[in-house]
Amino acid sequence: MEKTIRFHLNEKPLEVSCPVHWTLLELIRDRLGLTGTKGGCREGECGTCTVIVDGRNVNSCMMLAVDVAGRSVTTVEGLERNGELHPLQKAFIAKGAIQCGFCTPGMLMSAKALLDANPRPSRSEIRKALSGNLCRCTGYEKIFEAIESVGAGEIFDVDDGVWQAIEQVQKPRD
Amino acid sequence: MPQFNVIGTSPPRLDGREKVLGQAPFIADVPIPGCWVGGVVASPVPHGRIRAIVRDPAFDWSRVVFVDAASLPCRNFVHMVRDDFPILAEEKVTFVTQAVALVAGPDRATVDEALRHVTVDIEPLPAVFSVDEALKGEVVVWGEDNVIDEYRIDRGDVKKAFAEADLVVEGDYATGLHEQLYLENQGMAAIPRDDGSLEIVGSMQCPYYVQGALEQALGLAPERLRVKPCVTGGGFGGKEDYPSVLALWTAVLALKSGRPVRILYERGQDLQSTPKRHPSTTRIRTAVRRDGTITGLEIELRFNGGAFTTLSRVVQQRGMLHCQGAYRIANVAIHSLTVATNMVPSGAYRGFGAPQGLFAIERHMDRIARELALDPLDVRLKNIVDEGDTFPCGQKLKGVFARQVLERAAELSGYRKKRALYAQGSEGPLRRGIGLSVAFHGGGFTGSGEATMGTVVRIDYDGAFSLHVSSTDMGQGALTVLPMIAAEALGLRPDEIAAPRPDTAVCPNSGPTVASRTTMYVGRVVTEACKALIDELRTFLAYQEGISPRAIAFTKGALHCRSRSWTVAQAARARCDAQGPFSVEGRLPQEAAACFNLDRFEGEAYRSYAWIAQAVEVAVNVDTYEVKPLEATIVAEIGRAIHPVLVEGQIAGGFLQALGWSHIEDLTVTPEGRFSADQLNAYLIPTTLDTPQWHIDVMEEPCDVGAYGAKGLGELPMNGAAPAALSAVENATGVFGTEIPLTGEKLFRLIEAQGGTER
Ligand code: FES
Ligand code: FES
Repeated sequence: MEKTIRFHLNEKPLEVSCPVHWTLLELIRDRLGLTGTKGGCREGECGTCTVIVDGRNVNSCMMLAVDVAGRSVTTVEGLERNGELHPLQKAFIAKGAIQCGFCTPGMLMSAKALLDANPRPSRSEIRKALSGNLCRCTGYEKIFEAIESVGAGEIFDVDDGVWQAIEQVQKPRD
Repeated sequence: MPQFNVIGTSPPRLDGREKVLGQAPFIADVPIPGCWVGGVVASPVPHGRIRAIVRDPAFDWSRVVFVDAASLPCRNFVHMVRDDFPILAEEKVTFVTQAVALVAGPDRATVDEALRHVTVDIEPLPAVFSVDEALKGEVVVWGEDNVIDEYRIDRGDVKKAFAEADLVVEGDYATGLHEQLYLENQGMAAIPRDDGSLEIVGSMQCPYYVQGALEQALGLAPERLRVKPCVTGGGFGGKEDYPSVLALWTAVLALKSGRPVRILYERGQDLQSTPKRHPSTTRIRTAVRRDGTITGLEIELRFNGGAFTTLSRVVQQRGMLHCQGAYRIANVAIHSLTVATNMVPSGAYRGFGAPQGLFAIERHMDRIARELALDPLDVRLKNIVDEGDTFPCGQKLKGVFARQVLERAAELSGYRKKRALYAQGSEGPLRRGIGLSVAFHGGGFTGSGEATMGTVVRIDYDGAFSLHVSSTDMGQGALTVLPMIAAEALGLRPDEIAAPRPDTAVCPNSGPTVASRTTMYVGRVVTEACKALIDELRTFLAYQEGISPRAIAFTKGALHCRSRSWTVAQAARARCDAQGPFSVEGRLPQEAAACFNLDRFEGEAYRSYAWIAQAVEVAVNVDTYEVKPLEATIVAEIGRAIHPVLVEGQIAGGFLQALGWSHIEDLTVTPEGRFSADQLNAYLIPTTLDTPQWHIDVMEEPCDVGAYGAKGLGELPMNGAAPAALSAVENATGVFGTEIPLTGEKLFRLIEAQGGTER
């Protein structure tokens, strides 16, 4: 049985129908063709399928697609704005937080959900917020550093071949 | 210290942008029009005789294609070290999940339905899962006696050493299965082309291994077998041999159906059916003087190879050539066996046999210290290998930095003070401990492998430079580091050299992406190609200027004659404008490869060794038996850090895999012959909550082989973290673990047997 739902995907309104038993991951990848979101286990254990639903990071493989009706979903494809990478995306490149890259989209989404709620997280808050996102390659340290650098307001220009902060912007503290 | 422009800087990795955008094409993401789905009929039993493969007529079999051994359109083997691994089981199955037949259909649901309508009628046979059982010979899995390979090294007079010893210290050690757990599951697709050729795309480390396996089984010429790796989501050895199996399955289904066919493993299937690190058992006897000097060493090293050879022979060789540890011992007898059992064939995993042997010897050093009431660090320093010492295979060593890394790790971690302090115990449930280890890894193929490999790379110029290798970037950064090496050699910026993903229709064979050989050996061959490029440009410019090529020098990244100079980019442009696009190749000079006699196990096992010492500090909760890593001090001597940020990433990532193996990554074989984990929640790997504070210190002592002195790095951090962690647990609790993973349950039993931890 199919059902039609309406929701916001990467800030655009969308109407789509899909089988009622489908997960959000299936909807995103198989029907909408957004393959940035990965399916490393499809059982809620790896975090590679992480997307943001109404501000919270969720494993899209564990959520029914029809349950996003009326809600707002952000995937990794929604991070870039007009060709400009999100500061987290820049920081992940600049700090060496990427190796194979399979965990990266999910990591970015969990990191974004964290920073949106808590712009200057401590190391232990970062650890907790990312504890559902596995990475087998990096040992996590560079991922922590990347998120901390964004928290600290460092902006990187990753296109000029230079691996350093080009700007130190002091974020207003509220 | 030479001055570099590019080497030693850390530019953003070239695939970073596509990866953060979610646009990096992994095999599951690639659109393949009209692609069918492949599925595997897998043996449910570990050992048995196939009586019949029964297809239920209730299913309409015209909806799918079906292949079993009898209807295979090709020779039935997957070419690896031996050709014993069948594409599909013929008369017997010898492990659970072994493929008996294949199905392909238009979609997942149809294929699943077809698979539900196949029954394999198997007469079960008794099965063996451990080396000890298999060696009894009552159940024959492989060959006549289940012994896949056996090697010996004998050096000096071991008998005499034991006769004269103050003390003989003996120990038994064991390591468990270890799953690579690349986050991207295995996946492969075969696309038949109109001209009868096949294109293979998928997740893999070694495109030319895949092509070779297809060529041998299908009998097609290599030009008709085009292999193109997608972005590979982690490998760690797990995508060295198995992709050849998947490629053959999809190829057979594609040929049979005339359509593209893709097989994407789900996590449970990947856990259950792909190769793991060989479980091992090691028995060590040492003849020791009272001051801790080891005068004689006997090692019996046994690997559980599972049902077929796959890569076991080479894993075993490497294990054997590392198992004596970083020590100078005159009298040595090493005997090693790989034994077949009814387990999924074991395969490659970062370290490739070395971590198993090093675990045993490093724990044994701690045991010697314990028996002599010495500090483990002192026993190590007493025996540590130095410049000019000889390894058991008779190799006189150059470029040895074992002592330096060990002393530095001890110093940076505050080892001595902490070890003494923590040994006194403490109140409360949390006990701290620190332990250390020293290890090494031989870069490149074992023995003469690099000499026979024939590594080739090519640089093309058609208005822009591109560097072509068959080395895949599975996350380690090969396709960032190799162009950096070329940029340095040519006086260019790294972004002036494209390094596309391999495609066997385009790239030469620079060998498989394994054995910590890519930066070191392939990188070296890149520098050779750069030399060839300079020569080519020199000849062209000389001709143009009407002077002798010898009148043109290449210095400071530019070509000069008396009156003019050209950057490499300018010269290449001029050459291209005048004569069209051109290419140069680089090859490995013979003197850069080791020379080894494999029959006698004698000679230069590896041209260079990288060295590592690791001090691990843990907190053991003696109420919950949880071991929490607190700090890791890692000192590695790697020749040259081409890209320091990637180096740190390799070290931290490898260390954490080894740490996981030491205490939480627990995988066993059930009585039915299955692996104990079907899902990730049954096989835990370290999360963000399980990482220590890192102190990574890199030493650079350039070797004369690798690119700009680089030694092999990828596998090094896998060697030695596990024994250091167990030594830390010993320091914290007093118990001496000999087996990994030292799970909470095993730790509980050891502590109970010791009568608690009160001291
Ligand atoms: S795919 Fe959803 S958690 Fe792994
Ligand atoms: S970068 Fe490979 S899993 Fe994280």
